[in-house]
Amino acid sequence: MSLEKKQVKEIAQLARLNISDSEALQTTTELNNILNLMAELSEIDTEDVEPMAHPLDMSQRLRDDVVSETDLSDDFQAIAPKTGKQHFLVPTVIE
Amino acid sequence: MHKFSVSELSKGLKNRDFSSVELTQHYLNRIDHSDLNAFITVTEDLALSQAREADTMLAKGKANNLTGIPYAHKDIFCTKGIKTSAGSKILDSFISPYDATLSYKLNMEGMVMLGKTNMDEFAMGSSNENSYYGPVKNPWDKKRVPGGSSGGSAAAVSARLSAFATGTDTGGSIRQPASLCGITGIKPTYGRISRYGMIAYASSLDQAGPITQSAEDAALVLNTMAGFDDKDSTSVNRDVPDYTENLNNSIKGLRIGIPKEYFSEGLDDDIAKVILQSIKEFESMGAIVKEVSLPNSAYAVPTYYIVAPCECSSNLSRLDGVRYGYRCDDPKDLNDMYLRSRSEGFGEEVKRRIMIGTYALSAGYYDAYYLKAQKVRHLISEDFKKAFQKVDVIMGPVSPTTAFEIGAIKDSVSMYLADIYTLSVNLAGLPAISIPAGFSNNLPVGLQMIGNYWSEEVLLNTAHLFQTQTDWHVRLPENT
Repeated sequence: MSLEKKQVKEIAQLARLNISDSEALQTTTELNNILNLMAELSEIDTEDVEPMAHPLDMSQRLRDDVVSETDLSDDFQAIAPKTGKQHFLVPTVIE
Repeated sequence: MHKFSVSELSKGLKNRDFSSVELTQHYLNRIDHSDLNAFITVTEDLALSQAREADTMLAKGKANNLTGIPYAHKDIFCTKGIKTSAGSKILDSFISPYDATLSYKLNMEGMVMLGKTNMDEFAMGSSNENSYYGPVKNPWDKKRVPGGSSGGSAAAVSARLSAFATGTDTGGSIRQPASLCGITGIKPTYGRISRYGMIAYASSLDQAGPITQSAEDAALVLNTMAGFDDKDSTSVNRDVPDYTENLNNSIKGLRIGIPKEYFSEGLDDDIAKVILQSIKEFESMGAIVKEVSLPNSAYAVPTYYIVAPCECSSNLSRLDGVRYGYRCDDPKDLNDMYLRSRSEGFGEEVKRRIMIGTYALSAGYYDAYYLKAQKVRHLISEDFKKAFQKVDVIMGPVSPTTAFEIGAIKDSVSMYLADIYTLSVNLAGLPAISIPAGFSNNLPVGLQMIGNYWSEEVLLNTAHLFQTQTDWHVRLPENT
């Protein structure tokens, strides 16, 4: 499997990253080198192997559904790029 | 004063040989005169006020073991009211509104934070060259890298700009810089130290740990760092032993496994010699050496470089210019804001990993990459399980080479391949320690010891005994 420049630009868009035409060529080469390295895994037979998502044999710990956090909204608003009253401002989405 | 270990400093503070303010000022002066670029932020005023508080506690006899000890905190841990950048432009303006659990715990112990250390952006790198704030220099040779991603922390401890430092290890980011800088670093079992407030790179692999001058210091600091945290859903509720208690136990009869795959081609001859020589040291202390096999070792690199980018592409999607961090100027619409904020805010390697992860997780490719990698991850973990039926500790190199020159490795695949000996430990979730074991061309070489789950005590005990018989860990870079 080898990526084309066009695919790389699509992946960048999916990841919300801009790459210019000139960058795309180099990025395509780099990503293909990395994917070649990953292709080594196809040598291994994993037919009956369970996927391992977590390093320890444990299940997700659940907690009671009660409020445990204090209200920090002012602190969080203070570090945002742009805020209104109790909300974050972004460019207009709907006219 | 800076040549004292944490345990010696602790005694000195308790005996009132010197005050925490004197000690802190001494380290601040050293940082001020250093050209290693080890720190992103130096928190001088905070450090001195924490030191004054520590001195009050010490005077009242209310001090803990680590009260008044100055440390350097990797800039990946959130610190309330203090810039927390993760080495990235996108978080250059981020003042954390809360403390990571680890920051909170160190504060509660009465410790003194000297500053936040430089690192590869979002912990993605093995050389500290991927930092927005520039590369860190290795104190043993300033033309060379300190390793990464905890490069600033490792350089700071190696040059004794701090008594110890915190680090994080996703694929070797504590052990490899510790090895390249000639100091001690332990990555504990996954779940041992809280990840709350530690900026996530790959959540199923990330684990914090101490970077110190010795195993004894690591034990002392780990006592404070380890423990269950309700705020981290992957934190494990398990008693924390006193890691200093069994440091001097005999290792007579300890079974050491040498994986033959760790000594194959690619390993520098000098490093192989240093490692084999240090294993003889353990034999002379009564340990039994056996060969073991970790047949899937070579697949750790492709497996890791699928799993980690997949997790990072998901984790880093939150950096979108909306709620915190960098936002581009004059976005013309929402999508433009996402695209430009992220493109201008992230560095090259981070973008590469996000794109690899995005691709590997996308429809049609998920089975071929992510699922496949998770299956191989299982095989890698099984290799260790089998080996640990025969031995107690596995030993080998940390890195195939000593510290390389800044700018020497240009392509990402070569850089990834250098992580060969450290990655599988994270994939399996095991604890491992790197300790100084010798030199090659005046550059430090680290020995890696891998233990079974929750066997940090065994690792620290074994490492400490080695350090009572050798002096590699007390050797210092010139002019330190």
